[in-house]
Amino acid sequence: MARVLLFGRLADLAGWRDREIDPAPASLTALRTALAQADATLGEALDGPGVQVAVDKVLVRGDAILAAGTEVAFLPPMSGG
Amino acid sequence: MITLTDQAFDPGALLTGFCAGRTETGAVASFTGLARAEGGDALVLELEAYPGFTDAAIAGFADAAKTRFGLQDYLIVHRTGRIAPGEAIVFVATAAGHRRAAFEACDFLMDYLKSRAPFWKKQHGPDGARWIEPTSQDRTDATRWDPPAQEPS
Repeated sequence: MARVLLFGRLADLAGWRDREIDPAPASLTALRTALAQADATLGEALDGPGVQVAVDKVLVRGDAILAAGTEVAFLPPMSGG
Repeated sequence: MITLTDQAFDPGALLTGFCAGRTETGAVASFTGLARAEGGDALVLELEAYPGFTDAAIAGFADAAKTRFGLQDYLIVHRTGRIAPGEAIVFVATAAGHRRAAFEACDFLMDYLKSRAPFWKKQHGPDGARWIEPTSQDRTDATRWDPPAQEPS
């Protein structure tokens, strides 16, 4: 199981902000593929400019291995407070 | 210390508490940011944070500021959720031996919070809601503190 969190406009676009995916995809790339297959518009937005990814609350670049119970957050450009 | 809260807070009470018992501080500077009505365009401001990520990012930055300016202490309180015009969004207080460090660190922390802190901001107005990104002025303000670019040698 992996937990996926969407923030800001990504959550509005998808219509959800918190979802569990079971079983957990093996990698971030596999997760992106699964999300894009379910919702092509969201898949494109997740690859869009300025979207960062945090795995268990740590920013990652490129691909990452996803262990069971991992939390993956997609973060659109931050607006500041 | 950094706190995120979805409850309204009293900046005066925070400042009084922060000043209490400081016999060796000398200088406390504070800033309070209030939600603007924008002439009726902003009925409600909605601020989204990622708990455990947003507060950790702010704490990491603020601890670096503490070292950079030689602060004794700082307090940051930031609202999340739905905020009405006139309510406080952010409170920053800095404590130092002398005023210059307290003023500058407070200014520095606000420039960071306004432009680089991990929040997502939505403005609800009479014509619907829209997501807001930092203004170019916010970004320029934040770069005031960056080291000067190195000349190519």
